[in-house]
Amino acid sequence: MSTTSTLRPRGLLRVRRPWRLAAEAAALVIAAVVAFPLYWMVISAFKPAGEVQSDHPRPWTLHPSLDAFRRVFDQQDFGRYFLNSLLVAGVVVVVSSLIAFLAATAVTRFRFRFRTTLLIMFLVAQMVPVEALTIPMFFLMRDLGDTVPGIGLNTLGSLMLPHIAFSLPFAIWMLRGFVKAVPPALEEAAYIDGASRGRFLWQILFPLVFPGLVATSVFSFISTWNDFLFAKSFIISATENSTLPMALLVFFKDEGNDWGGIMAASTIMTIPVLIFFMLVQRRLVSGLGGAVKD
Amino acid sequence: MTSVSPNATAPPAPARGERGTAPAPIRARRSPRLGAARGGRTPWLYLAPALIVLAGLLIYPIYQLGLISTLQYTQAQVSGGEPTSFRGLGNYTDLFSDGQFWRVLVATLAFAAACVVSTLAVGCALAVLLTRVRAVPRIALMLAALGAWATPAVTGSTVWVFLFDPDFGPVDKVLVWLGLDGFADYSWTYDRLSAFALVLFEVVWCSFPLVMVTVYAGIKAIPGEVLEAASLDGASAWRTWRSVMAPILRPILIVVTIQSIIWDFKVFTQIYVMTDGGGIAGQNLVLNVYAYQKAFASSQYGLGSAIGVVMLLILLAVTLGYLRLLRRQGEEL
Repeated sequence: MSTTSTLRPRGLLRVRRPWRLAAEAAALVIAAVVAFPLYWMVISAFKPAGEVQSDHPRPWTLHPSLDAFRRVFDQQDFGRYFLNSLLVAGVVVVVSSLIAFLAATAVTRFRFRFRTTLLIMFLVAQMVPVEALTIPMFFLMRDLGDTVPGIGLNTLGSLMLPHIAFSLPFAIWMLRGFVKAVPPALEEAAYIDGASRGRFLWQILFPLVFPGLVATSVFSFISTWNDFLFAKSFIISATENSTLPMALLVFFKDEGNDWGGIMAASTIMTIPVLIFFMLVQRRLVSGLGGAVKD
Repeated sequence: MTSVSPNATAPPAPARGERGTAPAPIRARRSPRLGAARGGRTPWLYLAPALIVLAGLLIYPIYQLGLISTLQYTQAQVSGGEPTSFRGLGNYTDLFSDGQFWRVLVATLAFAAACVVSTLAVGCALAVLLTRVRAVPRIALMLAALGAWATPAVTGSTVWVFLFDPDFGPVDKVLVWLGLDGFADYSWTYDRLSAFALVLFEVVWCSFPLVMVTVYAGIKAIPGEVLEAASLDGASAWRTWRSVMAPILRPILIVVTIQSIIWDFKVFTQIYVMTDGGGIAGQNLVLNVYAYQKAFASSQYGLGSAIGVVMLLILLAVTLGYLRLLRRQGEEL
């Protein structure tokens, strides 16, 4: 700090320092505003019922309680919904990552006919409004359920399959950068040492690309975990197969919403994503940079 | 997967140490690289799972969507009570002659435009701000933004509705405390515009971080001398952004703009949760929710599919525009 300030003309410094302090103050205030909704969610979840539904809401509580969480787990099968959500998101992440890894390898490490066409297709596929496909998906799942047990309507399979498909184009697109970053010399060396294609793919390339896979999987995880539309449309009668977003809405009632319960359930639903996100955020940003620049 | 691919069979053994067989190592080295470049059937083998999944669960449903949109397809046909009949463009003429469809379409476009502009403005402004502050405020803002980014749409919606709740939410109280008495027990979801505004706040809150982080990374990649030169020339923050940063960041800005357009055009969860399925008398419907209500609430699957096709076509147009932009910039895929 001091070395640069002696180099700069004094006038410039005097103008700049208050500006930077103002900018820093603004940044802190904005950070507080941006963080406030999450803070409010958590604090409301821990407030006793009387304080949540109060005419004088305060941003703190002197009597933290777990009542709201207890209500959430007692009133319905919330634990089960949590596990359902986790299972669906987990299967989607693993399956779509593996498929995307293979496809990304194909389009980055090989030159073949229709390669560019395929890439454009993957790009266009990302833009497809998946919500618009709810109607045909609904009938597809209904028909699948008649022939293949376990993936029709009202099953968790009906939530996994569409998300595997919808997360693929973006995952492939993002993984390209990570696969491309592995130097071709490594591949040559592996083949010279007599490694087969399969061996190179799974024992050399896969571990090297794995960090990228984790970063990419955040997106499939989040879109699946957050899914509201399919969960609402496909799980009609089998409530034991509901996922978290649906369970949350139960606390919205005509005679008055149970805000404490809603906030507690929201907290439980947000925390896994938050943890996942914080763990991979560094890679995420660099990966996004790659996806953007390529 | 065979363990030995034909290209890797060139014997590597004599290549070592023997000077006399100089061409051999070259061939041994070249053939696998050529193999990696062409690979015959291998790339298609790798692509097969992805292509099968996408064909079955993306392309086929798109085809089905188009098909259903030309059918008379309501509860009676679904349950088999009446035969399915072909209507041609009947669903579309019904749709286009319905005043509500046009209102929803205009609302969707206006709402998406407002979201995109606000998200980009907030994201870019904060990215510039991040470059002008020291580590502590920067990390604070980054962490807060990451939290907002990671929040699921459903929980984000419930929290924002709660914040703006007329009875128990803090926002109305703070506004009254600031002297805006009109906001005492003000119900944000009752009025059409303020309900849209509420949803917009939530959408901007959870989508500006992507813009901010990406643009910030882009600014950091700009050589320091360029920005220094601008500041030595006495350029204001706005001028630096407009004449120096924005042109350099153009490719990044295009990507985040397109992403925002696509996301904001098909907002579903936020509208559905925050306005309880499209607002009072459907005043806050957007195309996505409208299609859902037509199909699953009133069992008019044909009509709902026609709305889906309209959405698909609009986003396809955006995508094609994007591809043209990419091509004009000479980006290589």
